[in-house]
Amino acid sequence: MDVFVQQLINGLTLGSIYGLIAIGYTMVFGIIGMVNFAHGDVFMVSAFISLICFLLLTTVLGITSIFLALAIVLVVAMFFTSLTSWAIERVAYRPLRGSFRLAPMISAIGMSIFLSNFVQVAQGPRNKPVPPMITDVIVLMDNGSYQVTLAWKQVIIMAVTAVLLTGFWYLVQKTSLGRAQRACEQDRKMAALLGINVDHTISLTFVIGAALAAVAGTMYLMYYGVAHFADGFVPGVKAFTAAVLGGIGSLPGAVLGGLLIGLIEVFWSAYFSIEYKDVAAFSILAITLIFMPQGLLGRPEVEKV
Amino acid sequence: MAAHTAESASAENAAPASPSAFSHALKDAFFAGLIMLGLVGPLVGFETVIRDGALGLDYRPLTVAVMVAIVFVGRLILNLTVWSPNRVVKTRTGPSPMARAVTAAGPAFKPALLAFAVAFPLIAVLSQGGLNESRYLIDLGILILTYVMLGWGLNIVVGLAGLLDLGYVAFYAVGAYTYALLATSAPVNDFFAALIGEKFWADWAFWICLPAAGIFAGVWGMILGFPVLRLRGDYLAIVTLAFGEIIRLVLINWVDFTGGGAGIASIPRVTFFGIPFNASEHGFAALFGLKFDPMHRIIFLYFVILALALLTAFVTVRLRKLPVGRAWEALREDEIACRSLGLNTTNVKLSAFATGAMFGGFAGCFFAVRAGFVSPESFTFDISAMILAIVVLGGMGSQIGVAVAAAVMLGGMEMLRNLGFLKQFFGNEFDPSLYRMLLFGLAMVVIMVWKPRGLVSTRDPTIYLKEKKSVSGDLVKEGHG
Repeated sequence: MDVFVQQLINGLTLGSIYGLIAIGYTMVFGIIGMVNFAHGDVFMVSAFISLICFLLLTTVLGITSIFLALAIVLVVAMFFTSLTSWAIERVAYRPLRGSFRLAPMISAIGMSIFLSNFVQVAQGPRNKPVPPMITDVIVLMDNGSYQVTLAWKQVIIMAVTAVLLTGFWYLVQKTSLGRAQRACEQDRKMAALLGINVDHTISLTFVIGAALAAVAGTMYLMYYGVAHFADGFVPGVKAFTAAVLGGIGSLPGAVLGGLLIGLIEVFWSAYFSIEYKDVAAFSILAITLIFMPQGLLGRPEVEKV
Repeated sequence: MAAHTAESASAENAAPASPSAFSHALKDAFFAGLIMLGLVGPLVGFETVIRDGALGLDYRPLTVAVMVAIVFVGRLILNLTVWSPNRVVKTRTGPSPMARAVTAAGPAFKPALLAFAVAFPLIAVLSQGGLNESRYLIDLGILILTYVMLGWGLNIVVGLAGLLDLGYVAFYAVGAYTYALLATSAPVNDFFAALIGEKFWADWAFWICLPAAGIFAGVWGMILGFPVLRLRGDYLAIVTLAFGEIIRLVLINWVDFTGGGAGIASIPRVTFFGIPFNASEHGFAALFGLKFDPMHRIIFLYFVILALALLTAFVTVRLRKLPVGRAWEALREDEIACRSLGLNTTNVKLSAFATGAMFGGFAGCFFAVRAGFVSPESFTFDISAMILAIVVLGGMGSQIGVAVAAAVMLGGMEMLRNLGFLKQFFGNEFDPSLYRMLLFGLAMVVIMVWKPRGLVSTRDPTIYLKEKKSVSGDLVKEGHG
């Protein structure tokens, strides 16, 4: 029971991070129907931007309040990551709209390889550890031998995720930008005829997705305290799995899928084998796509001629 | 690098040299530079370094300044020349210049390339003046041919059938491990020792395992392909990627069976159809009256992989003329049309997938016998991506394009390693070979944006009336099935 509660907390934390990344996949897929393969690497880039910004703030500028530093890091990382994602869309995906089916996908794979190797060249191939940031924990249960703890950073991750998702939901449901975006998802040509700037909307979709990935990147850095150039691939695939599991194109689905994947991964590691935890995630991806391509909350896809 | 449109080139600015056009270009270039600064500023401007156990920062403002300046100046020049508002855009309907060059070189091109490939070891030995001196060149030739073969194998899946397979390396791994496990297995050795002779398995393992590895990889292709081939293109890509990773993770973690991360070492070497390459009196050299030299084995390996690659090419060319090959290409162009014409798309896809996998298995078996050692490290996603990059760059579906792309990319990679003089400009820590995957990724993006059909993009029609017309790939529009 104790272990179960502890793993539940850990799983929800990890799931929040996956959910934030998954939204980027699901929004882009919803609007232009492509798998943005480079999104995982955008996440990794954001972790590095956070790392650099954090070091700059704490060691060079001498900010001692860790919460102030994290807040600034979050904003800075969101800005620069959004810029990166905007540029990627502009350079690598926009010219390919209307090209043959596989072209954007191949371009995205190229971009993914480029990003991870760019970071490797620019920042070096080694792990970049930061000292543990917020180490305080709340002890929830204590039976003498095993303590169930809730770390403050887990609270922060879940709270930030919840706040951001509420804001994001408001943005998509209630603002004119959100309406334009949903219109483009349903019928891009019709939306353009009705005076919506489709290119602009698509760019903004990439920017929002990247901003959420940047939040995930900062949280990841805070939680694990390490950044590595190859860290975009596996979390990226897992977040994509989350998006697929929740039903690709569905925003609540992405969050639900993220939490599920986080929980599955953590419980699998705790109760079965930690070596095969990635195999579990990859298998879920394959099984979902084969047997339930519409996911938990998605709509079945209608093929148009 | 940054934004890539000629927005500034508005129609009113008729005169290219008018002050407003210039200020426009200047403004645009300024913003491009600003964006570049935002892109490279954090990641290039600061380097995280571990100093005394803690993480610190180094600063590289000069590099950032140079990169931003390049973008600014480049964009300014482009705005004033290529993207100037009164430039007449040329449209081309015929084959691309590159394709025309290949056509002009004509029927002689392919035989010449083939003759060069066959004569390559001789050329290498003569030019380097000795067997041992030519080792580097021949090893490079073997490496390039391995990738040519993998490229041709993947070309069946991606280029002909239009199925994006990101897990091709899995079949390469299956082939390699098939040979490694069978050849080092004691029970199999004992079985043949009892049945035929003591030395039989050691001498013939490769030649028996080669077809077995191919067939086994093909069966794996079917097993993996069967459930996933109903999926649409990009889902298929992701699922094959997942399968590739699963196989690699299993190879790492199933230590009892595969040896885990340590891999399998001392795999039996290749033999000349049962005659080992060693200094004994039953060895290859003694039998042919030559002086023993370890290079004989390397040169023989070169011819083995050449033969395997040519087999792949030959089978592909023949298959394209068969109904199944036509069905592959039809499927690539429009899946819905195929289905409405009564093709069983699952079977057609499965055959392409399995055929491609089979050649991957052959190549894997060859890899194991050449290296004498396999470990999961050799079968990462990077290899899949590299093979895919070769196919994409060569022009999906073009045999000769894939071969040229493999030679250029791997040759270029080797050249990167030799660019030692660049250290004078960039400092001693500069290692050009680090940039290899970075350039691969960039090349894939550039090719997709600039020439989505690859550098050699002419399509030879498989069926034609009276005469064969070559059509530029630019004019072919694939269905969105």
